[in-house]
Amino acid sequence: MSVQITVIDYGIGNVHSVLNAFRHEGADAVLSADPEVIRKAERLVLPGVGAFGDGMRELSKRQLIEPLREAVAKGTPLLGICLGMQLLLSESEEFGRHEGLGFIPGTVKRIEPTGGEKIPHIGWNRLLQPEGRSWSGSLLEEVPVSTSVYFVHSFTAVPNDERHRLADTSYGGFRIAAAVQKDNVTGCQFHPEKSGTAGLMMVRRFSTIDLKKAS
Amino acid sequence: MFVTSPRMPPRLIARLDIKAPNLVKGIQLEGLRVMGDPAEHALRYYTQGIDELLYIDIVASLYGRNNLTDLVARTAAEVFVPLTVGGGIRSIDDITKLLRAGADKVSINTAAIARPELLKEAAQTFGSQCIVLSVEAKRTAPGKWEAYTDNGREKTGLDAVEWIRRAVDLGAGEVLLTSVDKEGTRKGFDIELIRAVAPLVAVPVIACGGPGTAEDVAKGLEAKADAVALASLFHYKLETVGSLKEKLKAQGIEVRS
Repeated sequence: MSVQITVIDYGIGNVHSVLNAFRHEGADAVLSADPEVIRKAERLVLPGVGAFGDGMRELSKRQLIEPLREAVAKGTPLLGICLGMQLLLSESEEFGRHEGLGFIPGTVKRIEPTGGEKIPHIGWNRLLQPEGRSWSGSLLEEVPVSTSVYFVHSFTAVPNDERHRLADTSYGGFRIAAAVQKDNVTGCQFHPEKSGTAGLMMVRRFSTIDLKKAS
Repeated sequence: MFVTSPRMPPRLIARLDIKAPNLVKGIQLEGLRVMGDPAEHALRYYTQGIDELLYIDIVASLYGRNNLTDLVARTAAEVFVPLTVGGGIRSIDDITKLLRAGADKVSINTAAIARPELLKEAAQTFGSQCIVLSVEAKRTAPGKWEAYTDNGREKTGLDAVEWIRRAVDLGAGEVLLTSVDKEGTRKGFDIELIRAVAPLVAVPVIACGGPGTAEDVAKGLEAKADAVALASLFHYKLETVGSLKEKLKAQGIEVRS
């Protein structure tokens, strides 16, 4: 496997687990916060844990927003994880209004479970297939519907276009976008690097498949 | 049409108490027995389908530092479920080191009691989801528990329930609730303690201390613990993760398959 995975190191969250997971699956994974490296990367992973505003600020501080936009525009596969997925959207309502990277039109909103469930949404929850959405050709292709994966978050991405929802999960009757995809950009709210075998399957797939042809 | 799924399965967490370099197991947090290499046990539980892992350096508070960094790094390279690390964590620097080594969360007891603001600073720096409050609760009267530190050795004079409420306000994102009285006894959880805490706080509560059978685990979950931390049950091979899940399922408790 010759493709290199560049994990974006922008000072937010635990990037080492992500690196570990890719390396475990045989990928050549490196960390970088260098705008030039990111522009030229073969495949990009945007991890992240924390608040949306902080995430965008840290990307901006390191002058990584434009390189990311250029990379995505020319077709580089990008995988956003957790906060990294939320940053893919147009904007967020977390602690005020913040502009996102805008790769997937939509808004990040607070989770509002109806049954008095605890926030954050922490734990293993099932991946559901939105009606009419196939996982064929996506990172989830090998993952059986209803597989549980590990979530920890209080906000959720709400894509404007239903077709950009790759997978859902349900928390106290509240619909959460578990994964989103638009062309070469995929995001997952859960942590594939913490989701056991199913998560590692996705990690392996991201290192091997041609995502430009997907979707 | 969006179809909702049933309730989220409660989390099963394997708790590994470590006196470097060994996995140990005590009774009521004392009388330690050496059980073997922690990383090997962790990998076995991961392979069996554990939902999370918890490493506690049980002598760290004595020495004033956590010695698990290397072990955490080794574990994080081969185990891909959440890993919480506790014991002797006193500062933002300590937390940073463990997270860099591959921990996903840290659990804090002694240092939070000594300086509660640490919880706030830690939550602001790393997010609440990263900060687990560890409470060693010892029953002092019916419906009353006192918070202890240093593996149930030191009294604090704090009412455990009051302390938990305050710590969650300060930013603790989860509560690891260990019953000092029940720990290592295999006589079941302190169910009253779980009932006193779980509904009170808005964050998940991990029940710990006492279960010796699948039945005991089921009782803790029925008392509304969001997760259970299990040690003896797994270390003494009374159950595997798989056999425990089967038994819980048979009792109508949903588990991650």
